[in-house]
Amino acid sequence: MSSTHLLEVNNLKTTFSTEKGPITAVDDVTFIVKAGEVLGIVGESGCGKSVTSESIMRLLNERSTKYEGEVLFEGENLLHLDNKEMRNIRGNKVSMIFQDPMTSLNPSQTIGHQIAEVIILHQKLKRKEAYKRAEEMLRLTGIPSPEKRIHEYPHEISGGMRQRVLIAIALACKPNLLIADEPTTALDVTIQAQILDLINDLRDEMNMGVIMITHDLGVVAEVCQRVVVMYLGQVIEESDVEELFSRPLHPYTRGLLQSIPQLDGDRSQKLHVIEGIVPSLYEVPKGCRFAPRCSFADELCLSESPTLENVNKNQKVRCWHYEKIMQKELSC
Amino acid sequence: MNTINEVIIKSDTLSQNKKELSIERRALFIRRVLANKMIVTGGVILFFISLIALFAPVITQFSPYELESTNRLKAPSATHWFGTDNFGRDIFSRVVYGARVSLVIGISVALITAVIGLFLGLYSAYYRKLDHVLMRFADGLMAFPSILLAIAIMAVMGPKAINVVIALVIVESPVVARVVRSAALVIKEQTYIEAMKAQGASAWRIIWGHIAPNILPSLIVQITYVFSVSMIIEAALSFLGAGIPAPSPSWGNILFDGKSVIYSAWWMTVFPGAFLLLAVLSSNLLGDGIRDLLDPHSNKANK
Repeated sequence: MSSTHLLEVNNLKTTFSTEKGPITAVDDVTFIVKAGEVLGIVGESGCGKSVTSESIMRLLNERSTKYEGEVLFEGENLLHLDNKEMRNIRGNKVSMIFQDPMTSLNPSQTIGHQIAEVIILHQKLKRKEAYKRAEEMLRLTGIPSPEKRIHEYPHEISGGMRQRVLIAIALACKPNLLIADEPTTALDVTIQAQILDLINDLRDEMNMGVIMITHDLGVVAEVCQRVVVMYLGQVIEESDVEELFSRPLHPYTRGLLQSIPQLDGDRSQKLHVIEGIVPSLYEVPKGCRFAPRCSFADELCLSESPTLENVNKNQKVRCWHYEKIMQKELSC
Repeated sequence: MNTINEVIIKSDTLSQNKKELSIERRALFIRRVLANKMIVTGGVILFFISLIALFAPVITQFSPYELESTNRLKAPSATHWFGTDNFGRDIFSRVVYGARVSLVIGISVALITAVIGLFLGLYSAYYRKLDHVLMRFADGLMAFPSILLAIAIMAVMGPKAINVVIALVIVESPVVARVVRSAALVIKEQTYIEAMKAQGASAWRIIWGHIAPNILPSLIVQITYVFSVSMIIEAALSFLGAGIPAPSPSWGNILFDGKSVIYSAWWMTVFPGAFLLLAVLSSNLLGDGIRDLLDPHSNKANK
C-alpha cells in the first residue's frame, strides 16, 4: 500500500503554545498524495493551509510548536527524524515553492549561486557542474538566455522570472514531492497560467507528487486531480476535482463555489457571500466548526462535531447533513 | 571528444558572460562612489593623512624625540613648521608620527571589533538562548561611559599601546555586536531565510552564507564609526595620561603637553587638534557616504 502513496498525512495536529495558551492551527488532518498527482489544498486565509505544509516540512519554530500524528513520506515518519536527517530531505526529496517571489530570494547573491547552492548541498557536485545544472534548470523553466541570467542578482529580473528561479531551485534536485504554497498569488494572470503549465509539465516529466496550496479555485480546476478543502484547521471535504465542482457536499464548499463570479451569469446580481467571519482559533466553536456560519445548521451541528465520513470512494465530507443537501440538490 | 569540446566552449561563454557582467557592475559601482561627495571628500582627506603617516620619516627633518633645549616653545617658522614644544621637540614631527599611532590604533580596533562584533552579533541573533547571555553582558559593558571603562581597563593593564587597543576593543565590541544583531534579526525573518531552511541548509550555511552578506552594509558603516571614535578615545586616554606612555608622539600626548602653555604656545594645541579633527571628520564623512551608497532605501543611492 505505502509504495503507491508518496505522502501520507495521518491525523496531523499542530499546536502552537502562545501567551494566551495553546492553539491548534491544524487539527486532525489526514490526506494522501500519490506520485504524479496534484493535490489541491484550498480554503480561506487562516484555515491552516500553510501551517499544514510547513508542518510537513517541519519549518515551524521548534520550541513553540508541537506536532502530533504522522507524516509518512515514502513510508518514513518525518516527524520523528532528527534535524540532520530532516535537512537531507528538505530541498532534496521534498521541496517547497514559496508564495512571494519578491522576498524569497537572497538579494545579495546571484540567482545562479542560489540554484547551485542547493545542488551542491544535496548532490555533492563540483561548483562548475552545479552551475551547469543550474543553467539547465533555468532553461527548463523557460527563462531565455539562462547563461546570462545566471550571473544576475534578483533585483535585476522581473517577478515572473523570480518565481521561475524559485521553481528552478525547488526542482534542482528532482524532488519526489513538491509543495507549492500559493505559487501564483503574487503574479499577474498571464504569468500565472505559464507557471501553472510549467509545474504541470515538470510534474509529468519527473513524475513527482505536488501539493498545490491555494485559495484560487480556478487554479484548482486547472491543475489538480484531487482537492482537500480546509476550514479552521480541519479537512471538511476531500474529493476528486470534477466531483468537487459538479457536486460539492459541504455547505462551506458550496459557498466557496457560489462566490466565484460566473462568466455567463446575471451581472446585476451580487456575488454570493458566506456570512460571518472565520472564528479565531482561540475560540473554536463547539460542535461543527462551520455551524455558526452555516444555513443548514441545527441543534446537532452546534453541539457535536461531525467526523470526516466516506461518501463514496472518491469523496469524503465532514458534515451531519450532507445527505439532506444531496437530496435537495437532486430535487431542484 | 566532441562533447568535451562543447562543454569547454560552453563554460568559456559562461565565464565570458560573467566577466562582462562583473566589469559592467564594477564600472557602475565606481561611478556611484565618485558621485558621492561625502565618500570622495572623506576618502581624499583620510588618504592624505595615511600618506603622511606612511612616509613620516621622509617628510620630517627632525626626530619626534629629539630635544633641543635652546629651541623651546618656538613659534612656527621655516625650520619648525608647527613650532616646538616645551622640551624643544619639533611639533610637526610629533604630529606626523602621532598620525601613525592614531591610524594604527584606529584601524586595528576597527578590524578586531568588526570580527568579534560580527561573530557575537550573528550568533546571538540566530540562537535565542545565547542571545540572552551575550546581550546581558553587552548591556553591562555599555552601561559604563566608554571613556571611563577604557580608563578602568587601562588602569588594570598599565599604559601601553597594545593595551589601548585591547581596552578599545572591549569598549566598542558590544556596540558593534548590537548593530550586527539587530540587522541580522531583520534578515533572519525574511522569507528567503525560511526558503533556505526549506532547501535543507544548515544553521552554519544560513548564518554565514545568507545572513552575513546582507548585514555587511550596516557593519561597514558601524566600523567607520568605531574607527573615528577609537581615535578620539585614544587621544583622550593619552591626554589623561592613561593611554600611550609619555614620550611617544601621540596627538593626545601633544595636547597634554600643550595644556599648561596653552596661552603662550597656541601651536601645541591647534596643530594636533586640527589633525585629530580632520581624521575624525573624514572618517565620519566616509561612513555617512558609504551608508548612503549601500542603503537601497536612501535616495542618494540611485545616482
